[in-house]
Amino acid sequence: MKTVDSIEVVVAAIEDVTPLIKRFTLRKISGGLLPPFSGGCHVTVVMRGGERTFRNPYSLLGSPRNLDSYEIAVRRDDQGRGGSLFMHQLVTVGTRLEISHPINLFPLSKLARKQILIAGGVGITPVLAMIDDLSAGPIDWELHYSFRGTEHACFGTWLSKRHGDRVRLYDTAAGQRIDFATLVGQQPLGTHLYVCGPSQMTVEAFESARAAGWPESHLHTEQFAPPPVGVAFEVHLAKSEQTVQVSAEQSLLEALEAAGIDAPYLCRSGACGRCELNVVELDGELIHNDHWLTAEDRISGRKIMPCVSRAKCKRLVLDW
Amino acid sequence: METAFKPDESFRAPFHYGNSPAAIRRFPFPFDQDTFMYSVNVEPHLPGPGGSCYEFPIDIDEHYVAECREREIALATTTHRYLALPHMMAAQWDVLELITSHLSRDYPEHFELQRDGNRWRWINRPLGRDDTFTFGDPATLPQEPLEYITRQTQGDWCVLDQRNGNLWLDAGMVTTQADWSLNFDLGMNFREWHGPVPLAPELGVFDRALKLLMNLQLGNPVRRLNWTMTINPRFDTSPEQYPVWGPDRAGVTLDNVGDLAHLRVELQALWRLPRSNAIVFSIRGFLMSLREMVTIPKWGRRMHRVLRDLHPALVAYKGLGRYRDTALAWLADYDDGTATPPGTQPE
Repeated sequence: MKTVDSIEVVVAAIEDVTPLIKRFTLRKISGGLLPPFSGGCHVTVVMRGGERTFRNPYSLLGSPRNLDSYEIAVRRDDQGRGGSLFMHQLVTVGTRLEISHPINLFPLSKLARKQILIAGGVGITPVLAMIDDLSAGPIDWELHYSFRGTEHACFGTWLSKRHGDRVRLYDTAAGQRIDFATLVGQQPLGTHLYVCGPSQMTVEAFESARAAGWPESHLHTEQFAPPPVGVAFEVHLAKSEQTVQVSAEQSLLEALEAAGIDAPYLCRSGACGRCELNVVELDGELIHNDHWLTAEDRISGRKIMPCVSRAKCKRLVLDW
Repeated sequence: METAFKPDESFRAPFHYGNSPAAIRRFPFPFDQDTFMYSVNVEPHLPGPGGSCYEFPIDIDEHYVAECREREIALATTTHRYLALPHMMAAQWDVLELITSHLSRDYPEHFELQRDGNRWRWINRPLGRDDTFTFGDPATLPQEPLEYITRQTQGDWCVLDQRNGNLWLDAGMVTTQADWSLNFDLGMNFREWHGPVPLAPELGVFDRALKLLMNLQLGNPVRRLNWTMTINPRFDTSPEQYPVWGPDRAGVTLDNVGDLAHLRVELQALWRLPRSNAIVFSIRGFLMSLREMVTIPKWGRRMHRVLRDLHPALVAYKGLGRYRDTALAWLADYDDGTATPPGTQPE
């Protein structure tokens, strides 16, 4: 199903938050208020850079109560596929960008009795807006934020000043670590846990919680893992009778888009399930990098999530 | 479109209801071919042609004033028609914003919304309302926000919370339903409240529909049509009111079926809500008697064929058993066997 409309924005301010993270303030080109959103939302930013168009998801970190502008934070990744470098090097105040409407794949539970937020590094971004929602409500909450070195502590210090004891900071460069087992072992029933950070952090937090008997429905995470690079392959679209080459550093979805194919997508991180495509034929193997397909789906070899997954083959035929 | 409201219409005995020729032509006839089976018939809720019921995201038509009064009667004479669980308050304000901003933008001759920060003034001319309140503060409205604003709309509204990989029916205003109960379904998830529907689960319809709705995006609403038949132009066909409307079906004869039997179409639209991440599901009912329908020859022919070939499980589920043969006998006079072009349009 086609996306109806995106939002045209202009970069109103750029600020260095840490040596690696820049914060961008975006305003509507036509003026006026941006759509309301909730803590945990992201927008997909479309970056048209010469030959390649990047579409990267970034969390909205500003207050959901301030709709004059949106704020996103971008961590520079010199080894990445180029989206973050585009934002760091080519985007200036006055640059026009296209963004999607806000999407929330990391919402706060409305039924929680207590909310525990865990963030690592740039994973703090969605949590900032979630805290803004929480601090306006009656539910008890706390944040445990881990980062490497005081020069990366900017968001943490700011939060600490604003919210006092609710915010606990851990500088891993100083050997401070979150003790997950103790943390999850002393919470009241009805507590929900939200983790946004490196995948190792999520695994550790969730395993501790499971070991302490927490239900799965109370564990939440969001990971924006960019699509991994691989080897080039060819994809043939059975219905539309087109053939598309996927290069090594391109995702299957990006290759389809570059060929002018209007394939569906939402999170671009293998989490939401929107881009699922059916495999008709394959002369090799599928490399699944998503969090969506079930073990059964993977064994069947009949489904692929083109936003992060690819194939190791000469030719992949899709039902599209 | 200049809408002349018909405030004297009545959707309960003594009935007084009819569609103008223009209202018949804009009726959302649901059958695009001569047979019907369930499918995931969901499409983007995009603006349709001027004057059609799809022109604006929330449609107001000649029955608006009378349907709002019908809702007041249902709320005053029955219970548990408006229900909202406590965690749905943010979603309630989202719905109030959605309805007031769309109606004031699309029907400026009837509705006006003035926003000064959180200080809002809402003017509803057809219903003679002029209210000022503080957005976000329920104490400044005469009812909870969802109840307040849906009393000023046609059709039912359900608000669905999204959590644990499912959708939960946690609030709603439901006074014009086709034999289901908000009071019974409140708090159920998507699979639970669709439990009674035959055939569709086996077709995988609900799995696909749930997946699609969980990914519904802000700014990209979707819609679908649903249908059934109702004897008399009656909107309140709730299970709780069955003693009132159930016996109607026993009085259908070949002489009166053209006027008593109505096709009831629900234009169902779904929006993602911004502050709550909930989904609002609007169920807007349209009623048209068979006699009105056959003024569009294509629709008369098609209705005859759809009803004739309808799967027995659907005949039972939609409650058509007692009068289907009578309706078919009446409709047969309007089906000369000629082909009907594909599509739902009148010609």
